[in-house]
Amino acid sequence: MSAATLSASGNQNRWIGRVAIYGLLILFAILYLMPLFVMLVTSFKTMDEIQNGNMLSLPQAPTLDPWFKAWGETCVGLTCAGIKGYFWNSLKMVVPAVAISTILGALNGYVLTKWRFPGHTLVFGLMLFACFIPFQSVLLPMATILGSLGRFGMALQDQIGMTLGFGNPTVNLVIVHVIYGLGFTTLFFRNYYEAFPNELVRAAQVDGASFFQIFRRIMLPNSLPIIVVTVIYQFTNIWNDFLFASAYAGSGESMPMTVALNNVVNTSTGVVEYNVNMAAAMIAAMPTLLVYIVAGRYFVRGLMAGAVKG
Amino acid sequence: MAFLHISGLRKRYGALEILKGIDIELEKGGFLVLVGPSGCGKSTLLNTIAGLETITEGDIKVDERSIAGLHPSKRDIAMVFQSYALYPNMTVAGNIAFGMEMRGVPADERKQAIDKVAKVLQIGHLLDRKPSQLSGGQRQRVAMGRALVRDPKLFLFDEPLSNLDAKLRVDMRTEIKRLHQTTGKTIVYVTHDQIEAMTLATKIAVMKEGIVQQFGTPAEIYNNPANMFVADFMGSPAMNLLSGRITRADDGLAVALERAGGEAIRLPVAAAQAALAQYENRDVVFGIRPEALTDPEGADRNASALAENDCLIEVVEPAGSDTFAVTKLGGREVVARLRADARIRAGEMARLAFNLDKAVFFDPQTQARIA
Repeated sequence: MSAATLSASGNQNRWIGRVAIYGLLILFAILYLMPLFVMLVTSFKTMDEIQNGNMLSLPQAPTLDPWFKAWGETCVGLTCAGIKGYFWNSLKMVVPAVAISTILGALNGYVLTKWRFPGHTLVFGLMLFACFIPFQSVLLPMATILGSLGRFGMALQDQIGMTLGFGNPTVNLVIVHVIYGLGFTTLFFRNYYEAFPNELVRAAQVDGASFFQIFRRIMLPNSLPIIVVTVIYQFTNIWNDFLFASAYAGSGESMPMTVALNNVVNTSTGVVEYNVNMAAAMIAAMPTLLVYIVAGRYFVRGLMAGAVKG
Repeated sequence: MAFLHISGLRKRYGALEILKGIDIELEKGGFLVLVGPSGCGKSTLLNTIAGLETITEGDIKVDERSIAGLHPSKRDIAMVFQSYALYPNMTVAGNIAFGMEMRGVPADERKQAIDKVAKVLQIGHLLDRKPSQLSGGQRQRVAMGRALVRDPKLFLFDEPLSNLDAKLRVDMRTEIKRLHQTTGKTIVYVTHDQIEAMTLATKIAVMKEGIVQQFGTPAEIYNNPANMFVADFMGSPAMNLLSGRITRADDGLAVALERAGGEAIRLPVAAAQAALAQYENRDVVFGIRPEALTDPEGADRNASALAENDCLIEVVEPAGSDTFAVTKLGGREVVARLRADARIRAGEMARLAFNLDKAVFFDPQTQARIA
């Protein structure tokens, strides 16, 4: 066999390999994106078109009506004021929960790496353990604790005329998510700060900066990648959480988005408005998508930074 | 009275003792260099002075005031770190001013101080840049600026030049020395580079395994090493340490060194007869620096005891300014430092002059200096 035919067959093999790889990748991408595609096209269709047409076909007469209806008119349980109130409920819960758990995680990571104390590995180990506790096992003990906090709130109401947030379902969810998220945020920040040069902290000490001044002026401004990672992770988890939300704020005014969406879809009265349901689901997924798009490029970078050292 | 006074300082981590009783006194305006191989405790000692590590026993006084229990910021010190430790999120000006900011110095005073330091270090054009936009030498200057602006009682340098390339290191070394001469500040400086130690210091503490092996001026350390470790560590190329035997002849004591390609060399021992008399017919370690072993034309004319002998040259290494020749004496390789144009060739016998004024003797067991 000559050299020319050898290299030709080599080229051919490479081509077959390429085609196989890209073919598989494209196939899985389509499979993966199919549900999103169906959701999107359905949300722009009229009910007639949904009932008579093909699920995969593009909308013949695209309309934004389902989106407006989902936002402002659709019925969640018995109230028919759309999902907008619940969207804000979720935001009111997610923003403080993400902010508090991120700040506390950063503080934990700072102490566990730069102000080491005897037994710091044990403490870190226990915090890591928190990452592996299943949600379900926390449900009942947490309900008991939240119940006590609620009674404390009532007592405060009687004594000083306000509850200071104790017993408020949104506050309860913030507490739960902060506690549950602390293990993860601590892990992220500890690993990031492990590779953070100690000499910077020492230099700041010699410069006369206090514990919190070092944290605020030196550590935090140099933690952008890991802050982004933590915020994305926490935001996605807390926004998407259904179990805690339905357990501790499953009914009434403070219901978060995820529970409301479930109630929209599970309505047993009347025709099932698929287009409105899909629009509502898209609205529910929007914030997490947005966070990924805005900060996503830091995500991989931040994960890598934590992964290489520590 | 000493300006910096370290007495009986010990540092233990559990059962492990890092510093085993350090006593050092440094005069005001002095430049103390702590030098030693890695793991000798020199950086730990510096950190205890800075207050970044606590001490187990002993005391540290600066200007008659004990600082042992104080927070780093209360010790009136400034430190330059090995990695420079510039805050990456702040500009050069912000870095220099951070300490003053933490102390609540008003903004216009800070500005004046920054400008003054920037002028001294010629970094005025860099003030608005971030550390990541600076070269190694510039970062080094900024780190020094951050220390200078504080105007502290004591400067601490932790291997500040080890991250620079060879040429820049020499330049910055001169710069630090000039800075010390113009400001007259008291400086404690850690390095593992004995040339830095020799060139910068007014006092050197050679450390090994948590013990100060010798404390003295560079000349004392170089010419009168207290033991074989100091003799070997200080100087480049290192001092030749060869085993010899003390013998008595008609003209007094002499040391006999085995020689490749001939019978043993006998070198009369002029000085310190008394101390060496106890070692008669015993082995000692004979130490001689390469520059004290040279060609007869290049030998020190003021030396009172010169001895010339023929040695078999094994290797010749021309280094431009000098020529190094390797021969074998007392079973060891010996480096001699000759004039650049000395006519010698490898594999031939050459005449070498031993400057016995500069020779030192050590006990092979205790490694301590005999004479």
